[in-house]
Amino acid sequence: MRAEPGLWSGRLALGWLIGGEWRFHPARFLVTALAIAVGVALGFAVHLVNGSALASFDSAVRGVNGSADLSVKATSRLGFDERLYPRVASATGVVDASPVVQLDARIGTARVTLLGLDILRAAAVTPTLIGVGTQAANGVGGDVFDEASVFLSRTALERIGARLGAVVTVEANGRAVPLRIAGTLPGVADGSAVAVIDIAAAQWKFDRIGRLDRLDVAVADRAAAEGALAKLLPGDAVVSSAQAQSSQGDALSRAYRVNLDMLALVALLTGGFLVYSAQSLSVVRRQRAFALLRTLGMPRGGVIAAVVAEGVAIGVIGSGLGLAAGYGLAWAAVQWLGGDLGAGYFRGAGAGVVFQPWAALGFFAIGLLAAIVGSAVPARLAARAAPAAALKNAGDVLDPRQRVAWWPAALLLLTGGVVSLLPPIAHLPVFGFVGMALLLAGGIAGVPWFARALLAPLAARAIGTVPRQLAIRHLHGAPGEAATALCGIVASTALMIAMATMVTSFRGAVDDWLGDVLSADLYMRTNAGASFDPATRATLAATPGVARLAFGRQLQLTIAPDRPAIALVARPTPDAGDRQLVLIARADALPAGVPPIWVSEPAERLYGWHPGAVIRLPIGGGTRFAVAGVWRDYARQGGAVLIDAAAYQRLTGDTGRDEASVTLEPGSDAAAVTQRLRARLSPALRDQVDITQPATLRRFALTLFDRSFAVTYLLEAIAILVGLAGVAATMSAQTLAREREFGMLRHLGLTRRQLGAMLATEGAIVGLTGALAGIGLGLVLSQVLIHVINPQSFNWTMATRVPVGTLVAVAAALTGAAAVTALLAGRRATSRSAVQSVREDW
Amino acid sequence: MAHPVLLTVRALAKSVPGPRSLFHALDLEVAAGEIVAITGESGVGKSTLLNILAGLDDADTGEVAIEGVVLGALGETARTRLRRERIGFVFQAFHILPYLTLRQNVALPLALVSADGAAAQAEAEAMLVAVGLGGRGEGYARDLSGGELQRVAIARALVHRPALILADEPTGNLDPETASRVLTLFANAARDRGAAAVMVTHSDATAAIADRVLTLTADGLVARAR
Repeated sequence: MRAEPGLWSGRLALGWLIGGEWRFHPARFLVTALAIAVGVALGFAVHLVNGSALASFDSAVRGVNGSADLSVKATSRLGFDERLYPRVASATGVVDASPVVQLDARIGTARVTLLGLDILRAAAVTPTLIGVGTQAANGVGGDVFDEASVFLSRTALERIGARLGAVVTVEANGRAVPLRIAGTLPGVADGSAVAVIDIAAAQWKFDRIGRLDRLDVAVADRAAAEGALAKLLPGDAVVSSAQAQSSQGDALSRAYRVNLDMLALVALLTGGFLVYSAQSLSVVRRQRAFALLRTLGMPRGGVIAAVVAEGVAIGVIGSGLGLAAGYGLAWAAVQWLGGDLGAGYFRGAGAGVVFQPWAALGFFAIGLLAAIVGSAVPARLAARAAPAAALKNAGDVLDPRQRVAWWPAALLLLTGGVVSLLPPIAHLPVFGFVGMALLLAGGIAGVPWFARALLAPLAARAIGTVPRQLAIRHLHGAPGEAATALCGIVASTALMIAMATMVTSFRGAVDDWLGDVLSADLYMRTNAGASFDPATRATLAATPGVARLAFGRQLQLTIAPDRPAIALVARPTPDAGDRQLVLIARADALPAGVPPIWVSEPAERLYGWHPGAVIRLPIGGGTRFAVAGVWRDYARQGGAVLIDAAAYQRLTGDTGRDEASVTLEPGSDAAAVTQRLRARLSPALRDQVDITQPATLRRFALTLFDRSFAVTYLLEAIAILVGLAGVAATMSAQTLAREREFGMLRHLGLTRRQLGAMLATEGAIVGLTGALAGIGLGLVLSQVLIHVINPQSFNWTMATRVPVGTLVAVAAALTGAAAVTALLAGRRATSRSAVQSVREDW
Repeated sequence: MAHPVLLTVRALAKSVPGPRSLFHALDLEVAAGEIVAITGESGVGKSTLLNILAGLDDADTGEVAIEGVVLGALGETARTRLRRERIGFVFQAFHILPYLTLRQNVALPLALVSADGAAAQAEAEAMLVAVGLGGRGEGYARDLSGGELQRVAIARALVHRPALILADEPTGNLDPETASRVLTLFANAARDRGAAAVMVTHSDATAAIADRVLTLTADGLVARAR
């Protein structure tokens, strides 16, 4: 008796089987592995870039905050009363407190965060923010108390390009102050552009007398301190920590990152479908080889093991290649697009790519899993086939009368539709993505039924030449075969069309919205904290050619320390004809005596501020407002509220304005009025004001939009390329597998040319079927993206716009690619003699 | 000395979907070293009988025993094991895997039970020599003629020294002259190894090589005068 037979004892035969197939069809395996590699590369690259961006954002937050246990932060850039400082310093659980003035500043063209510190207090609470002077090496002393000195972090120094000892002009809060670079901030990590000066100089020279922006706190008992501080803080200050601010960055970009991750995983899913296609075709081709081995005594599991082992090899090679390519892609993306991939979430935060071994392992595992699952399904089918029948009848088992089941597809589609309507989890559209996956599976499961239904009228009557009839009847009789070839194509086409429809809808909505909100003739905006004081506003309003000047104030307002700040926009009360405020909902009635505000759509969805609700905002010590309406806003993802400028001034005492919309008198020339307006500005303010025409702003906004979707476009393009590669691979594999059939047809009298026509027709029909199914499914998926994923991720709604040109181009490209591939593969398949082809066993 | 009975078939019956019954009350005994040819009209169930003998198909009633082991009492795994170790197959269409060398093709039954590749290939080479294809082991199926391919198939059927060889139209794809040479080789090799062989064929010339010729009818196997 020989050794105990089984899977393990038959490993030599399995090895020969797999090795032989690989030697004979290396290109098939390589293409399949590449499909996995593309998915893994995209997923890993996006993850690395996101991780690196968050890490650098985190580092930037810590760079500006020092290493304080806790901070008391102003809810807006107006700051809070400095008399809060002694009360915080003596609160329960607090050991020490360091007052900080924090301003957005500019030195030359470089943006820096300017901190005014009490050096003695900061040395105890946030020592990493203490400068080291060029003369004093001990860190405290020398120039640190000098009111004309500034200390710069290494990154700030690099960006400015100045040397130690040089005098630079620091612009902040509308003031320009010359300061000497007295030293560096060695405790601030690279990537953070920070400048530190003495707090008294900051308050005095930058017009912040009596105001503070932050109190850094050292605590003995964190819980006690947080409890005590919560009780004594006014409405315009909140308790925060470095972790909370990191969460802010995380919350701001999370939806974007998750969506990119999902897109990358979609590419991987497509790769999985392509593995399924390729392995299914390979299994069909080798059906008789497997049947022979089963007859010779290989167990059913041996067939499964052989096909799955191929899947494992495809997965290992594909995932390995994908990780290497993903790291390279991440590096290139950070170089070209920045750490936020062009979306603008982490402006100014420099990012470097750090290899993440656990993430690498995770993506390797996902790639491997996709390849294994893609192989396991055909492997099970291969093992289930009766060996005796397969040995006799392989290739002749089609029954055109067999009905194609529609209900599995319908069930999956229905379930997907219902699941996608479920609410988000932790502000993430988890069910939306699950619903999309189910819809995708349903759509692909429905392809055989769709192909049969599409071809039934053509198959029922004799149309065209014999080759054309043969082509139609083959596909009509074997819709499952076509579906196997098509599943990867349908998946990638559907997802590409869904994304294209969503982006087209979004871009169209933004374009329309810009047309509404940019209805003035000119726009003025200050930078580096400068503002239009009342005198300047009066001067500007009297400019010849100006019919109306509406000044506004815009500042960030922190509602919760761990959530992104919202934008507070103070403008003259909007009237009914105000096109700049696109109202999408109004309150029926408002409570008397409560000032009105208008909230943006994201603010409504994020905070539940519905029309008619009374809410409290942290301005003027905490004021109640009634929500008068909801306006469309595609500019501020974190939300925005609009308040009447007069009410704002009354509540905050802030008389400054930093933006204005200009309506010209009829017949006035915009360029001439721009010159006149600029001439009326004081010399100090002139360089800090931008005057722009709406067309420029619109162009700029759409450029930003396209930039933020650049990665999406790239992922889409890759998805369609993978799909087209799938068309080529599957069509050629299917065609080559039918060599004997072609030999028989040539015996019957069909010429090579006629066979070519038949194959091209088949290819075109398969491609067109795939394109139509993919487009239909893509339009369904786009509705989930537009009405579920987008509102739940970004809190924006929009109407659907169908990118007709893209649909036509995709259908044409797929049909053409499939026809050409089938034709080329057909040439190869018919190149041997007809006699040889019929005699060939395999 | 009479050879022991290797294959026993008792009261075997098999029907197909519809009103038709292939055969019923079929009995057969084949001794070691004996070659039995089964002839019959197309569709009478010759290949189905062969599949039942191989454990690839189930009879409706009746019993098949190989070396005393009743197939009906075995599960799929045990039947697979029996097939792997005790049965060899020769097919009409050769079924030589195109991506394996000829030596690997012959060694396949050995490779299914042992990971010793060198030993398996050495035995396969010896078998190729026995069928007149010595030195061709590194070649591939596309290099061979039909007769040569069937000789490779015979080598594969015998390499693991099976007790029973099942052959389904082994010369159906060959010209008469080649068929005759291949059959002689097959019969000699089977007898030399003391294997029982059951061969299904349409051809009288092929059946002539057998020790007994039986005709399959709906009522069972009928011995044919020679």
